[in-house]
Amino acid sequence: MADVKTAKKKSRDEQGNYIFNRRFEPFGYLIPFALGLIVFTIYPIVNVVIMAFKEKYRLSGRYDGFGLYNFEYVLANDDFRNALSNTFLYVFTVVPIATVLAILIANLLNQKIRGMAIFQTAYFLPMVTSSIAVGLSWRYIFNTQVGVLNWILSVFGINAVDWLGASGARAPWNIVAVIIFGIWNMLPFTIILLLSGLQNIDPMYYTAARVDGAGSRMMFFRITVPLLAPTIFLTMIINMISAFKVYNEIIPFWSGRPGAMNNVYTMVYFIKEQFYSKDRLGFAAAAAIILFLIIFAFTMLQRFVQRRFRY
Amino acid sequence: MHVRIDHLTKRFGDFTAVDDFNMDFDDGKLTALLGPSGCGKSTMLNMLSGILPVTEGHIYFDEDDVTGMPPQDRGVGLVFQNYALYPHMTVLENIAFPLEIKKVPKTERLEKAKEMAKLVHVDTLLDRRPGALSGGQQQRVAIARALIKEPRLLLLDEPLSNLDARLRLEMREEIRRIQLRTGVTTIFVTHDQEEAMSICDKIVLMKDGILQQEDAPQELYDDPHNLFVANFLGNPPINNIEGVIRDNAFVTRDSAVTIRYRNFSKDLPEGREVILGIRAEAAIISRDETHDFTGRIKSRYTMGKEELAFLNLGDQEIRVYLSTEYEDKPGEDANFHLRSKGVFLFDKETGERI
Repeated sequence: MADVKTAKKKSRDEQGNYIFNRRFEPFGYLIPFALGLIVFTIYPIVNVVIMAFKEKYRLSGRYDGFGLYNFEYVLANDDFRNALSNTFLYVFTVVPIATVLAILIANLLNQKIRGMAIFQTAYFLPMVTSSIAVGLSWRYIFNTQVGVLNWILSVFGINAVDWLGASGARAPWNIVAVIIFGIWNMLPFTIILLLSGLQNIDPMYYTAARVDGAGSRMMFFRITVPLLAPTIFLTMIINMISAFKVYNEIIPFWSGRPGAMNNVYTMVYFIKEQFYSKDRLGFAAAAAIILFLIIFAFTMLQRFVQRRFRY
Repeated sequence: MHVRIDHLTKRFGDFTAVDDFNMDFDDGKLTALLGPSGCGKSTMLNMLSGILPVTEGHIYFDEDDVTGMPPQDRGVGLVFQNYALYPHMTVLENIAFPLEIKKVPKTERLEKAKEMAKLVHVDTLLDRRPGALSGGQQQRVAIARALIKEPRLLLLDEPLSNLDARLRLEMREEIRRIQLRTGVTTIFVTHDQEEAMSICDKIVLMKDGILQQEDAPQELYDDPHNLFVANFLGNPPINNIEGVIRDNAFVTRDSAVTIRYRNFSKDLPEGREVILGIRAEAAIISRDETHDFTGRIKSRYTMGKEELAFLNLGDQEIRVYLSTEYEDKPGEDANFHLRSKGVFLFDKETGERI
C-alpha cells in the first residue's frame, strides 16, 4: 500500500514538474533577449518620457518636481521653431522629390541593356559611403567660387548661387543645399527597394497591355505605378521617418554649425544642442517627444492611406 | 476573318519551333492548335498575335499581309494562360481597359464593358478585384476583356489548363457558346485532345514544329494520316500491334495471330514491317464462328455500362470493350470481328498510314 502511495505521489510530482516546465521554461529562453530589450530600449524610452516632465533636470539627478515647463519652453523657443519649419520643409520636399526621381531611375535601371550592372553600381554607391564623408565633398560641389554646381549653372547663364554662404536675409540657399544633398542621399536605398518591386511585376501585364495598344506612358501610369504602389508607400514611410531625423546632412557643410547664420536648425540638431552643448536635458527630452509624436502621426496616416492600395 | 499562313517558320537559334506551315483558319470557326508540350503551338499563337516576330513566311488576315505588323494594329484579342488580369483594377475596369487605351469615352466604354460582362456571365461581379474571383470567373473576365474591342481574331493560350477538372468541362462549353454567339474567328492552344475534340470545328495537330494533320475532329479520329495522329487522339489510346504483312493479311511479330480484315487494300506490300492500330471500340465480340481474329482474355475491368478487357495476341496486349453480359472468364479465348472504322495499318519505320 505504502509503495503504491509513494509511487502515485511521485508521479504527481513529476506531472507537476512537467506542467511547470511546459509553462515556464519558454520564458527562460526569452530572458537574455528580454533583458537587453529592457535595459537598452524600454528603459531609455521610459526615462526620456519621465525626463521630459521633470523641471530643471540636471545630470546630477536633481530636479524641481514634475510639470509641462519643458514643453512650454521648447515650443516657444525660436531655434526650435526654426528647427520645426526646416524639418517639415526638408521632409516634404526631399521625400516626394526623391520618391519620384527614384521611380523614374528604377524604371530606367530595370531595362535589359548591356552594361546595366555599371549603372546600377553607380546609383547604389552612395549607400555604402558615409554621408558625413560624402557631405564634405558636397561642400566643395556647393562652393560659391569654385564649386561644380555653380559652374554647371553658369553654363546655362545662371549667376553664381551662394549655397552655403551667409548672403541674403537669413541665407535662404542654405536649406536648399541641404535638401539637394538629402535627395541625393536618399536615392540609392529608395531605388533598390523600388527596383525589386518592379522586378516583381509580372511582364505578362505589359504584354497584355501592348497587344491592346497601350503606349509606354499608359503602361507606366496605369500598370507600373499602381502595381508598385505598395512598395512606393513602404519606401515613403521609411524615408519620411529618416527624413524627420535629418542631422547628418547638416553637419559637414558648416563644420558642425546649423547653417551659415544658425538658420538651418533641425529637430535632431536642436535636441543634440540642448543635450550636449547646453546641458538642458529636460528641453532635449521634450523636443524628442514632440518629434516622436509627429513621426508617429504621419506614419499612422500613411498606413491608413496605404490600406487602400492592397490588392 | 479568314487567316492564312504561308510557309510560316520560326527558329530560335538552331532550334526550329515551327517548320514551314501552310494552312488556313476558317472565318468564324473555332480551331484548336493541338500537340504535346514543346510542339510549337504557343509559338504559332504568339506569331499570330504579333508578340513573336516571324523568321520566314507570311501571315494573312483576309487579304492583308500582317507579318510585320505590331500586335496592337492586328485587331486580335488575346487570352493568356494565367489570364493576366490587372490586380489593381476591378472586373469592370479590367474589361474596359482595352477601350480606355483607345480613349473611348468613359460612359461608353463602361456601357460596353457591362454588356461584355453579361455575355460571359460575370455581370454580378463588376466591382470585385481579380484576387476575389475563382479561376473560372477570372477566365470569363479575361475572355470579356479580349472581346470588348471586337477583335477580328480571338486567340486563347491554354485557356483551361489552370482550372480544375469540373471547371474545365464547364469553361470549354462556355468558350464554345461565347464563340458561337459572337461568331468571332477563334484559335486556341491546348495539349488536351479531349478538349480539342469536344468543342472545335477543326483541329491542327502538331509535333516538333511540324504539321501532322489538320481536319475536323471526327475526320482526324476516323482517318489519321500517321501513327502519331492515331496515338494522340482517343481515350483509351489506340492499340498498337507490331507485325508483318503476309499474303495480304496481318501477322503478329511472333506469328501467333493472323488478322484478315476485309477493308485492307488488296495489294499490301508483302513482308513489310507494320503496326496495326485498332481502336478499343473497333473490335467486337463474335457470337458465331466467323471472326477476324482470336485473342485470349487476360483480365476484365468494369466501366459501368461495359467492361474493358485486356487481350493477349501472342506476346502483345490490346484493350477492347466487352459487353457486361459476355461471360467468358480470363484465360479463355474469344473471337472478334473488326468494324469498318477504327482499324489502320502504319509503316513501322515511317509511321505513315498504308
